[in-house]
Amino acid sequence: MLSFILTALGILASMLLQTAILPGILPIRVFPNLLIIITAANGFMKEENVGITVGFFCGLLYDVFFGEVIGFHALLYTYVGFLNGKFSRVFYPEDIKLPLALITVSDLTYSLICYVFLFLVWGKVEFPYYFLHVILPETIVTLIATLLIYPIILKVNEWLRIRQRRREY
Amino acid sequence: MSPIVKRKGERFTLPSKWLLFILTIVCTALMIFTFATDVFDKPFRSIVGYAVVPFEKGIGSVGKWFSGRKDELAQIRSLIKENTELKEQVARLTEENTLLQQDKYELNKLRQLFELDEQYEEYHKVGARIISRDSGNWYSAFVIDKGEKDGLKVDMNVIAGGGLVGRVSGVGPNWARVTAIISDNANVSGMTLATEDNLIVSGSLKGMNEGVIYFSKLVDSKEMVQPGDKIVTSDISDKFLPGLLIGYVLTITPDNNNLTKSGTLIPAVDFEHLSEVLIITDQKQTIEE
Repeated sequence: MLSFILTALGILASMLLQTAILPGILPIRVFPNLLIIITAANGFMKEENVGITVGFFCGLLYDVFFGEVIGFHALLYTYVGFLNGKFSRVFYPEDIKLPLALITVSDLTYSLICYVFLFLVWGKVEFPYYFLHVILPETIVTLIATLLIYPIILKVNEWLRIRQRRREY
Repeated sequence: MSPIVKRKGERFTLPSKWLLFILTIVCTALMIFTFATDVFDKPFRSIVGYAVVPFEKGIGSVGKWFSGRKDELAQIRSLIKENTELKEQVARLTEENTLLQQDKYELNKLRQLFELDEQYEEYHKVGARIISRDSGNWYSAFVIDKGEKDGLKVDMNVIAGGGLVGRVSGVGPNWARVTAIISDNANVSGMTLATEDNLIVSGSLKGMNEGVIYFSKLVDSKEMVQPGDKIVTSDISDKFLPGLLIGYVLTITPDNNNLTKSGTLIPAVDFEHLSEVLIITDQKQTIEE
């Protein structure tokens, strides 16, 4: 239950941080994708089902506010959560390389799919331009955001796990 | 838990493949439904209207406070360098000054909005504050703190600082999404004010980064349109009210077909620093089917 509440709060916090707080304080044009971070982290830290659920709700939240149709981003985030959940078996809290790599790859793939379905299908074929001006900057700022946010998510997750184990005995 | 002896009453868990399968179908169905109808839009938008938007509204004011503090710090720092002996006094005065200045800026901004109000006097308008921006980096949309309850409807025009900002593309009970005209998925039918030649203004990501909007399909056989000409929304647009200022022509080049021209225009609105907008509640008259 506590884990559920904390996850829901995490989703809400990243949405707010991404849409309402960061644009006010950071003088940059491209913003990190915190929803991807929270989806991927819940995937590889816990299990597929958690990743899928978190991803679904992150995407749905985004769709309701900014999506042209409801469901497109929800579907994308769901798959991000699922695929990251596949790595929960090889995840060790001490290792930061795997999370960084997974989140970066997730964001890159997500952006590429967005480009294909939102831009390429409308005949906007200048891929190098979009790659250099949107996809790459977003991946880089997301990587930086991961370095700052991931330790917090990890701490909360570890605390929850220890608490869970104590209750089981 | 031992792997062999399953505890009685262990919670049933759905295999992840099945969950994924179900959600895939749910998402696809939602996509098809929301593309065809807007039956689902309303409940979803109401839910987020009560779950998320109040936070965003709160953050909007906190964000204002933060950026205010940031300005203060910057100003205080430069003054300290100049007058070390008057440090404390200057700091105190600066703080006071900044607060007053902020009031002044707000006053100016409101005065500008008021002037704009007079310019487009014949329309009824509602003022709104921007509370969040599109979290993706592809399109340019934002959320404002007024919604259905304030009489907003989809396709209402949004203006600020002397020109057209965009149109309302989604409404919740207490919030609304505005798609800016610089967004990659936005097209506006416009015309030159002087010669009344029609053209299409298309927002694009590329133009957004360069601070311009592209236009195309301008028929100008008499070579009358010059850089600096005003572009306004056209009479034939089905979503935008006629005569709203979009921007000024920057460059103009003939197309390969030698019939039409295209080029760039500078938007009348400073999209980087938008905080308050006006929504025109009058809508373009459309022919009922």
